Amino acid sequence: MAVKVSMKVNGKAVSEEVETRTLLVTFIREHLHLTGTHVGCDTAQCGACTVSMNGKAVKACSMLAMQAEGADIMTIEGVAKADGTLHPMQAAFKEHHGLQCGFCTPGMVMNAVDFATRHPGASEQEVRESLEGNLCRCTGYHNIVKSIMAGSKAMAGK
Amino acid sequence: MHAFNYHRPSNVNDAAALAAKSVDAKILAGGQSLVQAMKLRLAAPTDIVDLGTIKDLAGIKVDAKSVTIGAMTRHAEVEGSAEVKKAIPALAALAGMIGDRQVRNMGTLGGALANSDPAADYPAAVLGLGATITTTKGTHAADKFFKGLYETALRPGEIITSVSFPIPKRAAYMKFKNQASRFAIVGVFVADTGAGVRVAVTGAGPCALRLAEMEKALSAKFAPESVASLKIKSDGLNADLHASAEYRAHLITVMAKRAVEAAMK
Repeated sequence: MAVKVSMKVNGKAVSEEVETRTLLVTFIREHLHLTGTHVGCDTAQCGACTVSMNGKAVKACSMLAMQAEGADIMTIEGVAKADGTLHPMQAAFKEHHGLQCGFCTPGMVMNAVDFATRHPGASEQEVRESLEGNLCRCTGYHNIVKSIMAGSKAMAGK
Repeated sequence: MHAFNYHRPSNVNDAAALAAKSVDAKILAGGQSLVQAMKLRLAAPTDIVDLGTIKDLAGIKVDAKSVTIGAMTRHAEVEGSAEVKKAIPALAALAGMIGDRQVRNMGTLGGALANSDPAADYPAAVLGLGATITTTKGTHAADKFFKGLYETALRPGEIITSVSFPIPKRAAYMKFKNQASRFAIVGVFVADTGAGVRVAVTGAGPCALRLAEMEKALSAKFAPESVASLKIKSDGLNADLHASAEYRAHLITVMAKRAVEAAMK
């Protein structure tokens, strides 16, 4: 069964015919060709597929594209400014070397932006807990936590 | 994932009618369990009835005696609700322990209960507080709702609309979580209702269950030492690669003791 799905992705209205069983992450990667959103575990554990839906971090591998009908989606491609200036959270990941292979990074950044927006001034412990849905197999999380602490401060304008 | 017909009804009665007339329909709430089950082909419904756009199924109402939460209310909303935190802090805390941030932004109360995963958190609160589950066909008492592994008293086409939790004198939930999945290996919800104590356990059996012996001991004296030496029998408890039945039985006592301690704070 094919259905039409419409939503806003990174500020741009998109509308496509898809099969009902199309996952949101498949729609983003294979229909819109935005491949910054990754598929890691495909079982909702690793968080590499995290995108923002109406301002909230969600796992795009764990939902149907149809569940995002009419929603405002932001992927990692929409985080930086149009002129290429990095978002403060992205800049912090760069500055503090919050990545090694980079596979988990888009999901880390998308979750971190949502977390920092909702919990400005969070403690290191709270930042670590906020990462329970994002797995990184390279860094041991240390520099990711540092990056989020710094990015969070920068977002709050401190 | 197998193909299916997709429906997006605008109200819950249409949703129930659609589900009832389909060959093998599944109700889609947040989809945090169902979508994964469909990807693994553990579930292959002919029809998906998506409740996502039915607005009046979500929301939180608090009065003097109870907290009523709409079935489509996301875990993150319950976790962050100032009203729930004030009325039943243990319930807000429990919602904040489900899955991870991203899962809590999608997952719903109604979905969690209808699925009745043996390791889900919400069933412990529903049973522990003696909540009432309202559906499109009437109401269910928590004590008669959970029937077995992924099995509830819901009939085909029956949809949960809200859950009403009586406000206890004091309550707490303690969870020993699986470090990878964040599911409860054992979770214990203890509630001092004013008219006795209820103790509900998740993760240990085929579905959430109450512990009469602990309830009796705590009703006589609400203190950690009332349960600290109570040995739970491991017969019929879950055993898997994460924990043996004996270990789960041991954890029930430990978590119950900690829950009582937390409730007394």
